[in-house]
Amino acid sequence: MSKIFEVPLYPYQRSADQDAETPVRHPVVVVGAGPVGLALAVDLAMQDVPVVVIDENDKVSRGSRAICFAKRPLEILDRLGCGDPMVEKGVVWNLGKVYFDERQVFGFNLLPEQGHKRPAFINLQQYYVEQYLVGRLRQLEAEGKPVELRGGNKVINLSQDEAGAELTISTADGPYRLHADWVVACDGAASPVRTMLGLDFTGRVFEDNFLIADVVMEAKFPTERWFWFDPPFNRGQSALLHKQPDNVWRIDFQLGWDIDRDEELKPENIDKRLKAMLGEEISYELEWSSIYTFQCRRMERFHEGRVLFAGDSAHQVSPFGARGANSGLQDTDNLAWKLKLVIDGKAPITLLKSYDAERLQGADENILNSSRSTDFITPKSEISRIFRDAVLDLSERYEATRPMVNSGRLSVPCTYDGSPLNGPDCATMPERTRPGSPMVDAPVPGGWLLDQLGTGFHLLAIDSEGTDTLRVDGIEVRCLDLSTSDDAIGHLRQRYLGNAAAAVYLVRPDQHVAARWDHYDAAAVKAALRKAIGR
Amino acid sequence: MAALNTQANIKAPDEFYAELLAVHEGRTKAESDALNARLILLLANHIGDRQVLAEALHAAALEE
Ligand SMILES: Cc1cc2nc3c(=O)[nH]c(=O)nc-3n(C[C@H](O)[C@H](O)[C@H](O)COP(=O)(O)OP(=O)(O)OC[C@H]3O[C@@H](n4cnc5c(N)ncnc54)[C@H](O)[C@@H]3O)c2cc1C
Repeated sequence: MSKIFEVPLYPYQRSADQDAETPVRHPVVVVGAGPVGLALAVDLAMQDVPVVVIDENDKVSRGSRAICFAKRPLEILDRLGCGDPMVEKGVVWNLGKVYFDERQVFGFNLLPEQGHKRPAFINLQQYYVEQYLVGRLRQLEAEGKPVELRGGNKVINLSQDEAGAELTISTADGPYRLHADWVVACDGAASPVRTMLGLDFTGRVFEDNFLIADVVMEAKFPTERWFWFDPPFNRGQSALLHKQPDNVWRIDFQLGWDIDRDEELKPENIDKRLKAMLGEEISYELEWSSIYTFQCRRMERFHEGRVLFAGDSAHQVSPFGARGANSGLQDTDNLAWKLKLVIDGKAPITLLKSYDAERLQGADENILNSSRSTDFITPKSEISRIFRDAVLDLSERYEATRPMVNSGRLSVPCTYDGSPLNGPDCATMPERTRPGSPMVDAPVPGGWLLDQLGTGFHLLAIDSEGTDTLRVDGIEVRCLDLSTSDDAIGHLRQRYLGNAAAAVYLVRPDQHVAARWDHYDAAAVKAALRKAIGR
Repeated sequence: MAALNTQANIKAPDEFYAELLAVHEGRTKAESDALNARLILLLANHIGDRQVLAEALHAAALEE
């Protein structure tokens, strides 16, 4: 049976655009059908923004690549209408173990907070994420939504002026040109679009190599994340074991800097490593292997005239902490509604500056966190190794230093503190839902809070009177009335009210808080909405 | 907010100093370095207060 990543899911088909005498103009062209480009296309199509996605390839990601998807991206995928198949297919995990040398240092339980629809994390191969996104896109297409996915289409040139961009695309039938009001480059870390525009991508290179082996095996290991520092089977380096669906196990060996890539990738050498780690008797099938190095870097800004950058094209992090794909999905979550309002003429073009401001903040947070993990896993000096080992040695006996053990931190969403879109705050309310924060899920009558929000501006009113759906500058703000009398466990109170008797939250279409008050004031809501759309 | 105590605060200082040296006795440089690192981490955790720790880091660096 062939693997899903070997099947052409969107093979090249000639488009009518290729026969047009003058280049056809589209409102949005997305370059790249990785997880980020696909999620953006689904988001835009759901909001009736016509979008064409082009990719030089016609298949989903070769090999698993990203395998950990965190709660916030799952909530975004829920909003896009494809969270369910992912969570059903994915492996939920909460337990982990840390080993140092020959000993188990400690085990941990992520102890996810109760009262959320989605788990803290699932493990799912990137190729499945992309497959479900392609499926969702096809479904929208069948419903008549304005979305098109063109495989075998490679961007080879791009130029822009104030009004739009011109792309030259090469295909099996030769090249053609397209015009676009907006281009979103989701074309990965090597972003050809970035290069075509001559833009920088700077940061820190880590002098290290990692070997990924995805093996299919019937193993009795529990569904836990196991991480080794300096184990006997990989001296001076680290290793990781983690479960994916279909009995696929991710095994990651740190190799160091001076290695012979071809030699390391030979199946017989991978076999030696696997047997040293898991025992001579294991039997497995090698699904995919790869050696990667990594860098932590980003563009100076993600918005260049009529071209916007999202995902790996805009920023790259080390894989520890699973922030690559997860943060790319947060980029599209942030961008789609802004692009929609600008295209509809309901928000000024300058609203897109807030995409830059907010997602640069997110990228910096991710780069900081993943650099710190990397510095713990690969100490850069003698003294940093001494402290690293001291933390591990103490952690075997004492709880005190366990929080410092850093083999990758949970990917958590960015709170856009200080965003130009943020409106008034109310000091008596919980810190975690202050303006700029992603909404925190909670059980509500009939299901879950985030499911009831969907896409669009909302007014969330808790124990508050007089609120009603309103229209501001042609934008609808739908009202969701909730009562603490339905909140027996108190999640809603804890997450949204704090010490306040009532609460009114203005929620953005990406489910981030724009502003909040302890009473309803229509004029204040209108002013905050105008601020949230960049007016 | 608590500040770093830079006044003398240990009773019987000579005894403490002797204990500090004694625990390092017979250890190699590498073992002593490791022990010192563990000691710093344990004491830092005991103090906990980030402000005090920041002041201590600064004071130990002998910077102005
Ligand atoms: C070996 C490896 C392991 C990884 N492990 C993890 C992990 O464990 N966790 C994690 O979170 N992340 C991981 N990542 C990173 C994660 O895979 C990326 O963050 C994620 O794929 C980014 O998605 P994207 O859509 O921005 O880019 P990509 O997935 O790279 O997609 C870019 C798309 O653009 C297309 N394209 C490129 N150039 C052109 C062109 N000129 N014309 C048309 N189309 C073009 C490509 O065909 C591709 O489909 C890993 C990456 C690699 C390489």
